[in-house]
Amino acid sequence: MSFLEVTAQLADGFLTTLMIFGITLVGALPLGLLITLGSMSKVKPIKWVFKTFVWIIRGTPLMLQIILVFFGPGLIFGAKALPRLVAVIIAFIINYACYFSEIYRGGIESIPKGQYEAGQVLGMTKTQIFFKVVLFQVIKRIVPPMGNEIITLVKDTSLARVIAVVELVKAAETIVALKSIIWPLFYVGAFYLLFSGILSVLLNLAEKKLNYYQG
Amino acid sequence: MAFLEVKNIFKRFGKTEVLKGIDFSMEKGEVLAIIGSSGSGKTTLLRCLNFLESPDLGSIVLEGEELFNAEQKYSDREIREKRLHFGLVFQSFNLFPQYTVLKNVCLAPELMRIDQSEKKLSRAEKIQIRKEIEENARQILASVGLSDKLMNYPCELSGGQQQRVAIARALAMKPVILCFDEPTSALDPELTGEVLKVIRELKSSDRTMIIVTHEMGFARSAADKVIFMADGVIEEYGTPDEVFGNPKSEKTISFLEKSLENITG
Ligand SMILES: Nc1ncnc2c1ncn2[C@@H]1O[C@H](COP(=O)(O)OP(=O)(O)OP(=O)(O)O)[C@@H](O)[C@H]1O
Ligand SMILES: [Mg+2]
Repeated sequence: MSFLEVTAQLADGFLTTLMIFGITLVGALPLGLLITLGSMSKVKPIKWVFKTFVWIIRGTPLMLQIILVFFGPGLIFGAKALPRLVAVIIAFIINYACYFSEIYRGGIESIPKGQYEAGQVLGMTKTQIFFKVVLFQVIKRIVPPMGNEIITLVKDTSLARVIAVVELVKAAETIVALKSIIWPLFYVGAFYLLFSGILSVLLNLAEKKLNYYQG
Repeated sequence: MAFLEVKNIFKRFGKTEVLKGIDFSMEKGEVLAIIGSSGSGKTTLLRCLNFLESPDLGSIVLEGEELFNAEQKYSDREIREKRLHFGLVFQSFNLFPQYTVLKNVCLAPELMRIDQSEKKLSRAEKIQIRKEIEENARQILASVGLSDKLMNYPCELSGGQQQRVAIARALAMKPVILCFDEPTSALDPELTGEVLKVIRELKSSDRTMIIVTHEMGFARSAADKVIFMADGVIEEYGTPDEVFGNPKSEKTISFLEKSLENITG
């Protein structure tokens, strides 16, 4: 098979991988913030529910969660199964939102109490303190760990194949099995390298931009 | 009636009673120094005045107006308005690291006059207010000797310079009484002078100030009145000459002896 033929056959896989990546990010970034608010809630039961949820999601394999989201509704409630790709994306969003929420929480908690108090004695409202004083400092602190998670997400997208979603690795594997050629695997490997490489460069740029001050 | 009257303030954290009935008053333009050993409740008292802590009992009256009474409940908004009578300079500066020196000083006045404004401001009005605020900030920063650092970030300044920015930032909100919590304790010895000098200059412009300090020499020379606190009560109160020259309480005497030892090594 020629390079072009392989590329054409892999096209759907590329698209699926990019879609899982993109939609997960768009969904998990804000959902993570909601989970953070929940897990930092002053109402003990709410906090407890969110913390337990995060603990379960982070303590079990994403692969298991994907399988559960796909088969769970049918087997437990007799509901119609979700489309495969939708199930995958739901599992990814929930999983990554939990990881993001822990990073957000760490970032928020790392801001010294003195920053809040300085804002308070200067007559700022709670909202102003959050948006004008704290938020930027939090962002600066969480960009490096968020970067790591986002790059992990690029590679995690290949887990979608567990419920037979044909993402890039699955697509390549199919060609390898059918045509007995090995190089499509290296081809997709190079794609992942390039993708995560570009992200690294962008994230580094963001980090540098935020580094105009120390602390 | 005195300018500021602090009446019977009690404050406890869980089981520890930190303030056990603090009573004092001060006049306009006066400088009050608060001294006392570690843990005696000095910071807690300042925090109560600035509404960072809420006393369990007691009241605070400023210019005849009752700002705080422990028997009453206040909304966030009321607290915000009331605390603006006081300014607070922290031991650890607490500057906003992401903003320039100038922005550190301008931020709170801008938020108060523009974002919290009751009426809708036109663009031109906003620009005008910003200009006024910035002009005022430049003047204040010049008065603390930082005209050449306006566009620097806090991390680029020495501790003494940072503390002077913090003083300017507090002044920009035009507090009636400016409080300092050990403003030089976090500084290298050679940097304390420049901060104390600024405070002395504020005194000569008749600013009302409450200064918690471990600098006995400074308290003695710069303060009009001195409070010595021990175990959550005011153990001794008087002019510097009375408290330092002729202390009456045993605790004051032993505290002053100890701090003298520390100075002479
Ligand atoms: N938020 C808090 N929770 C519990 N205990 C507190 C709290 N704040 C202060 N304390 C306790 O109250 C006591 C007085 O503290 P405070 O900071 O007012 O003392 P201080 O006179 O300022 O001491 P220093 O000279 O060391 O600054 C201490 O025993 C301290 O441990
Ligand atoms: Mg203290």
